[in-house]
Amino acid sequence: MSAAPILAAFRQAFAEAWAGGAGALLPLGFLGGTAVLVPLGIGSDTDTLSAVGPGIIWVSLALSSLVTLERIFQADVEDGTLDLWLQTGAPMAGIAAAKTLAHWLAAGLPLALASPLLALMFQAQASLELLVHLGLYALGGLAFFFWGGVGAALSATVRRGGLLISIIALPLYVPTAIFGALAMTGGIGSDGAPMLLAASTLFACAVAPYAMAAALRLAAD
Amino acid sequence: MFAGQGEQAKPLPVTLLTAPLLTARDLAILRGERVLFRGVGLSLSPGEGIVLRGANGAGKTTLLRMLAGLTRPEAGDVARAAPHHWIGHKEGIKPQESPRGHLALWAQAWGSKANIPEILEKMALKRAADVPGRYLSAGQRRRTAFGRLLLEERPVWLLDEPYTALDASGKAMLDAVISSHLRSNGAIIASMHDIAGFPVTAEVTL
Repeated sequence: MSAAPILAAFRQAFAEAWAGGAGALLPLGFLGGTAVLVPLGIGSDTDTLSAVGPGIIWVSLALSSLVTLERIFQADVEDGTLDLWLQTGAPMAGIAAAKTLAHWLAAGLPLALASPLLALMFQAQASLELLVHLGLYALGGLAFFFWGGVGAALSATVRRGGLLISIIALPLYVPTAIFGALAMTGGIGSDGAPMLLAASTLFACAVAPYAMAAALRLAAD
Repeated sequence: MFAGQGEQAKPLPVTLLTAPLLTARDLAILRGERVLFRGVGLSLSPGEGIVLRGANGAGKTTLLRMLAGLTRPEAGDVARAAPHHWIGHKEGIKPQESPRGHLALWAQAWGSKANIPEILEKMALKRAADVPGRYLSAGQRRRTAFGRLLLEERPVWLLDEPYTALDASGKAMLDAVISSHLRSNGAIIASMHDIAGFPVTAEVTL
């Protein structure tokens, strides 16, 4: 079996992510907007802000990852590309995973890269810890994109399926949000939290592509 | 997967020349509560051109999608003995993809070494070669999609209303491409409303 169709799918999705909806800018703006509004809403008390900061960033990250996902498979259904990908002979799960990964790289990774800046806005101490957090946000964001991809594939034939994606994907975001926030706030049981976060991301990467492939086959039927 | 088969398909072995490339038996499909058609069967051998006829909504596109393996039939089965090309109503061109970019992408996906400038010239797309998909006319989009047929040699072509949006020179060009494919022991199944400009060996009416 050749990996060429999967590489081509990755290349096309990456180009599309940048060309179609300004790539990273839309979710970045969403993330930034939420993070700026929260201090305005809850007041500028330093202790309060640094306590809620990581949690707010996790929630903003989860929501802003949903912003771009609506189009990743719906566009393929509309322009006929899905029919072509289904006929390459390569496993559809591989193609779906490649497309999701491309969208994460174009829109999800920039979100994680912006996180230290947001953390500073929430009165976090500028330290190396922020870079560790960056890694955790990147890891958790990957899970958000894969679960969101399942929602996107299931709602690919639904007009204005954005809301449907949220309803499908948000419950699946729960483990990532719990372990991610736990790993940063250092509550009870936080020692193993980074590992559990990594495990939940790996689980998403392993299971979600098959769910996406099945949903996309149904979408073409 | 299909990468190697393209090159191998060129000199067809003698045994393959008689065996059917694609067989469908007893196909039936439901759309909602309605039976669109049932008991449809066909067999496609090398060198054959089959035209699907039927009124709008008779199920020509659905039948083609079943033959391509995209839609699962309610009853019956399809046996595909050879790789196929698919040209549907929707061309599969992204808004940011130019004809050159589109063909290069699918050449990469299929592992094809075809000469893309040559294909663009044949499809009369030289002037539009680098225009993004969102600015292409309907006819130029069709021509770009037909360019995929020449990227890799595959015995079976499944074409859904191939003449749609083509001008007179586009139709003549497509007829020439299809005729030469049939002469070199390829086979096509096309859904059509007009009179075909290539040799038709059988018609299936839905």
